[in-house]
Amino acid sequence: MALPTKNSVPDALGAALGTDRVRAAAETDSVGGAAPSWVATVDGTEQVSAAMRVAAEHELRVVATGSGSKLDWGAPPREVDLLVDLSAADGIVEHAAGDLVVHAKAGTSLRRVQEQVAQSGQQLSIEHPLPNATLGGIVATGAAGPSRHLHGTVRDLLIGITVVRPDGVVTRAGGKVVKNVAGYDLGKLYSGSYGTLGVITETIFRLHPLAAERRWISVDADEPAMLDAVLRAFKRTQAMPTAVELDRTLDGRTTVCAQLEGRADATHERALTLSELVGGETGTNVDVHDDPPAWWGHYPHGTGDDIGLRLTVRPASIPGVISRASEAAQRSGVKLSLRGAAGVGVLDGGIPAGTDPDAVAELVSALRTVTAAPGENTVIVRAPRAVTATVDPWGPVPSGVLTLLKNTKAQFDPEHRLAPGRFVGGI
Amino acid sequence: MQSASPEAVAAPQIAGVVERCHEVLAPECVITDPQQRRTYECDGLASYKVVPALVVLPETTAQVRAVVTACADAGVPFVARGSGTGLSGGALPHAEGVLIVTSKMRSILDIDLANERAVVQPGVINLDVSKAVASDGYYFAPDPSSQQVCSVGGNVAENSGGAHCLKYGFTSNHILAVDVVTPDGELVELHAGTPGYDLLGAFVGSEGTLGVVTSITVRLLRKPETVQTLLAGFPSTDEAGGAVSAIISAGVTPAAIEMMDALSIEAAEQAVQCGYPHGAGAVLVIELDGPATEVEHTFAEVERHCGDHGAFEIRVAADDHERAMIWKGRKSAFAAVGRISPAYIVQDGVIPRTSLPEVLSRIARLSADSGVRVANVFHAGDGNLHPLVLFDDSEDGAEQRAEQVSGAILDLCIEQGGSITGEHGVGADKVRYMGRMFTDEDLDTMQRVRCAFDPRGLCNPGKLFPTPRLCGEVPGPRRGVHPLTEAGLADQF
Repeated sequence: MALPTKNSVPDALGAALGTDRVRAAAETDSVGGAAPSWVATVDGTEQVSAAMRVAAEHELRVVATGSGSKLDWGAPPREVDLLVDLSAADGIVEHAAGDLVVHAKAGTSLRRVQEQVAQSGQQLSIEHPLPNATLGGIVATGAAGPSRHLHGTVRDLLIGITVVRPDGVVTRAGGKVVKNVAGYDLGKLYSGSYGTLGVITETIFRLHPLAAERRWISVDADEPAMLDAVLRAFKRTQAMPTAVELDRTLDGRTTVCAQLEGRADATHERALTLSELVGGETGTNVDVHDDPPAWWGHYPHGTGDDIGLRLTVRPASIPGVISRASEAAQRSGVKLSLRGAAGVGVLDGGIPAGTDPDAVAELVSALRTVTAAPGENTVIVRAPRAVTATVDPWGPVPSGVLTLLKNTKAQFDPEHRLAPGRFVGGI
Repeated sequence: MQSASPEAVAAPQIAGVVERCHEVLAPECVITDPQQRRTYECDGLASYKVVPALVVLPETTAQVRAVVTACADAGVPFVARGSGTGLSGGALPHAEGVLIVTSKMRSILDIDLANERAVVQPGVINLDVSKAVASDGYYFAPDPSSQQVCSVGGNVAENSGGAHCLKYGFTSNHILAVDVVTPDGELVELHAGTPGYDLLGAFVGSEGTLGVVTSITVRLLRKPETVQTLLAGFPSTDEAGGAVSAIISAGVTPAAIEMMDALSIEAAEQAVQCGYPHGAGAVLVIELDGPATEVEHTFAEVERHCGDHGAFEIRVAADDHERAMIWKGRKSAFAAVGRISPAYIVQDGVIPRTSLPEVLSRIARLSADSGVRVANVFHAGDGNLHPLVLFDDSEDGAEQRAEQVSGAILDLCIEQGGSITGEHGVGADKVRYMGRMFTDEDLDTMQRVRCAFDPRGLCNPGKLFPTPRLCGEVPGPRRGVHPLTEAGLADQF
């Protein structure tokens, strides 16, 4: 039998999915500048499996997408032949309210899930800044918002997952119970894997009860010493803030804001008590608000062509890191704003679109020396090719770890057909 | 099941490993004597016994590396063991392999309160972490019932849970980094939040099949301002189950909700005289923690739900002593069952919480039909059942009947969309059930991780997967004897 040629791809995809689900790619379908030839719109696990079998037969390189909100994240893939669009794989399979579990297809938007589960007084504890984002993309990028402080990130909330392998085989890991240690926790491995191990088609998450009342306590802390004192005060308290976020504007104004959640008509009192405590310890004015600040839960980089960074640091080093990062930005002539989860030590950085790529590269290199302690790092979340061509967006990885990463990729996707080059170490 | 004679140490490969271990370890840390080796023949699941060919007790990471490298060079399998409290045979030795015991690696290396973390060696006892930071107002959240003796390294291997993981999550949610000696003897640091695949997430709970952990960075939590504990007696498990559902549905997340049925209460009373409500068909132990004003209010709500669902007696712990007494009955339940039955099997199945009433009544029916007594102790909040299947091991066929009931309970859990293990792990004991929960393709995909770390299958072989995957083979159905089995590197169950 002759090997299938690429000319026969549209026919094969059409035969597998229906011709109305296959189209030639347009310029707007490009992934970080890599232009696919075809787009297949799929409605769920079975169709993804069918599409992946065709892709395997024709040796196509595949990138999966949902709403496309983070398609430009990571390194640009080296090449893409087929874009598998899961935005039609949309729907909640089951919301087991009594079990606080939701099972939804990967193309379902987070917003839709939140609306559904809120009817039962529940939430999926991911406050993703891009609410149109789909569950599949959120898992693939390991995205998280302020509630990571208490509930962790996607990896901590995902309890079951369906993934189609590059050979089209449908596989499942985990299940629909929260407590489960049967087999390897592949959900964690897929979380943040940028679509390089398989195509995520269904997800099962644990849910949490929605709080009856929320309050926010904010403190200005422009100076490093004050910032240090404020962060320490929030850490010492037993008031159990459910999030502690920080915002540093371009002109160096820094605000720390903690969120309290609890029962109706009592959380405000708790917030006042905490504000007096923190105010007393730090000798500064602490305000209680009924609403979060405008920046709460948003990235410091917009959805346009802004450049996004992420700094992972030990929480106690945050004041020092912020000072040194600001100095480095000044030296490079780059406008850098920072925002993120001060309590757990993850800061997102935003740089305006159009900033000189060489200056950005210089800053990123400098930030990598600032975040050089074990476990710390700086990555470029999103940036134009002119930047990622100059500086590795993922940064260096120790050789022993890189070997394991590459072994893992080789086991799951031996032919490197899923988003090749998009991930760490050229994976 | 594996069988072994202690004399099996004569294999030439082992002799070479012994020699290399002597180069780096103190003489008393290399155990070749058959009688001494026999003391390590099982972990907390004593029905499986294998005497290892060699036992080593390293004290440093460098020594672990040297031992693993010697094993890798000689093609000898190795198994890591902490305190040996595991309940699934995860630390069951390999007859031709080396048992690496971490009980001499018991130092807390660093406490960093500013960053709310501690770095410990793998042999450090779980409770000792909390004790070390208690005066500063911190603790380590994972609290398996064995926490007074189990090691943090074992917790990492098994992704241990405990009564309080309902609110605070499992070991995997509390590990920030590990140093791992990979099966080829390399030392790698896996950190949370490092760019790349979440290898740390895959490693925690991998039951010792991906490498040997030599250092662990754990997250420390600020102690809650208030803890309130309540004991409620119900006429039966139906009413108690109803109360659990009502509490969770009301949006309350207790730190723990534990249930015991009449038979397990009887056992606990005999063993520790915990003074649980007389005549109760079920008790709930419910703990709430957090800010004082929140806990106070929620506690009243919980009491009301218990009352609405038929609780005939509710006791509230007035102080730490009374709290300890309430927990004593629950925490002694497994051991206590030994008082009312010569032998028993502990199960660890999980079901969706809402299936609790149905599953309990079907377990009761299974028990009645087979004449095998089942005592139920469980983490009711997260649907993690610990049915204790009782039998008399001196009676012919009793163990087989108990095994059948035990297996039927796991089938029931799978049928309800649950899991065959919530916290004890698969180990050697549940490999035969993995195929009932997952397809061959699911298991094959999981084993790709194994192949990425341990292509030769030397690290804790025979655990977790019913059929080892030959790494590098073309995916597809396998025929005949597996090459790893043939080579004596792995066993099939």
